[in-house]
Amino acid sequence: MKLNDEEQDILAGKFGLLPQQALAHQKSVGEFFGAADFVPVTQAHIMADTESLGEAGVLWLEKLATITEGQRQVRVPTITDPRGTDFAKAATLGQTQAMLDLERRAIDAFVKLGVTMTDTCINYQTVQAPIAYEHVAYGDTGVVIYSNSVCAARSNFEGGPSALAAGITGRTPRYGFHLPEQRRATLRVVVDFTPGTLNEWGALGGVIGRLAGNYWAVPVIEGGEGVPKSDQLKHFGAAMASFGSTALFHWVGITPEARQLSDVASAGIPSHVVSKTDIDVLQKSYMVDDRVDVVVFSAPQLSLYELRDLAALCEGRRFTVPLLAVTSPQVKPDADRMGYTARIEDAGGSVLSGMCFYQSYAREIAEAKGWNRLATNSAKLVNILGGYGYRPMLASMESCVNAAVSGKLA
Amino acid sequence: MGRAVRGEALVAHDGFSARYDLDRIKGVFSRPAHKLVGQSYVGKILVLDTAKGGVATAWMLHEMQARGIVPLALVLNSVNPILAQGAALGDVPMLAGFDEDITAAIPHGAQVEVDPQAKSISILV
Repeated sequence: MKLNDEEQDILAGKFGLLPQQALAHQKSVGEFFGAADFVPVTQAHIMADTESLGEAGVLWLEKLATITEGQRQVRVPTITDPRGTDFAKAATLGQTQAMLDLERRAIDAFVKLGVTMTDTCINYQTVQAPIAYEHVAYGDTGVVIYSNSVCAARSNFEGGPSALAAGITGRTPRYGFHLPEQRRATLRVVVDFTPGTLNEWGALGGVIGRLAGNYWAVPVIEGGEGVPKSDQLKHFGAAMASFGSTALFHWVGITPEARQLSDVASAGIPSHVVSKTDIDVLQKSYMVDDRVDVVVFSAPQLSLYELRDLAALCEGRRFTVPLLAVTSPQVKPDADRMGYTARIEDAGGSVLSGMCFYQSYAREIAEAKGWNRLATNSAKLVNILGGYGYRPMLASMESCVNAAVSGKLA
Repeated sequence: MGRAVRGEALVAHDGFSARYDLDRIKGVFSRPAHKLVGQSYVGKILVLDTAKGGVATAWMLHEMQARGIVPLALVLNSVNPILAQGAALGDVPMLAGFDEDITAAIPHGAQVEVDPQAKSISILV
């Protein structure tokens, strides 16, 4: 890998131990993927919930945080993905003191490293969306696919250690979706219907993610009527990234890089048609039982508009099973001010902030609370939670709210 | 990346994600739809198709290594950046990218040697 003078100085330790370690890690990843050089980044976003970190990961962070002040801070704005809890609602989730203590230690270490604790996976809706051609180092697959596709920014999936390294060095290896040639479509998907509800948008993303199948595949989509809304593409992209490990899609006439098919696709790439039947099959494959132990709206965190819709559905209802709605710390105060939180909680639900359900010890929560059959409108969540011992079911927000009242998913 | 290792291969034409597919406490594949569900991955050389899912694997391999509940090596037809980043931090040997489908070339249960520096995997007789 070609290093400029500054990068050679960093690697030689002239800027201290932390940038040296960070750049060495980035170089090993860059060389694995054949990166020619580094590219400067303007922002980094770190996924680092303590369930993933474990004691070992927190100790690793704490060790970095003992480096002399002035030599341990990130050099570009570096923000965080959801944490492993909402401290105010930990009892609702049955989380233990040990989980909360580990969480506090991780936060303390990140703050010492100069990281900004935004705790959100919808930073493109709530903090600052990247602009076209902006090179960034984002974690959270949903954030990356939205930023790459809808905003036309440039990012790979940067796991926690690599995103932190990018924040510290202000650069990332130039491979994958930082390269124009890697952003060309590899498969074409014609969609012969227009999804309606958010779960349908997520299911469509899931179907296309399965077709794409791996990180390096780039679907270009044609079809559908009208222009999708941000929340619709949020669920669509998050599910595609979850089912397929996909990091970029184009949608002809919708996303900025694909005004027409020929902008992103060469003739002769494999072509598929996706129908309403395909998303119905995906949704039905999860419907194993009509009884519900818990209803969860999360993954991605809810926008103010989603909470507004949810609050309207909760008006005058009385839940018999727990209903959790998870949002970002930026949205929560507005939801409180607008009265959405009160409407959801008056019906018996809980609005949580700064976490995400599957990043919050979902397996231990299931055991502590006796939750197994879970209804959600998030296709991403149903894809993840099967491995955590849940029987997740995918339905519309309205059906999920009804299930919270009756205990059954109609 | 990483050092050369020898061990038993656990083979399936299926994906790999530490968060989605594994019970990391018990050390077994836990996602019901995964072809290796119920099987222990500890100390095994996993031969799988491609990296799936989210970014958590980047931390989780490091955490699994610290507890010793970790695969011996990862061999995949294709990987994503997360798996490479995770293998680098977690010190798990990893090899990816072949001219053939590696999950068809290596028999399940075979004793194999993986040498990431030489970019080779061979079946031991």
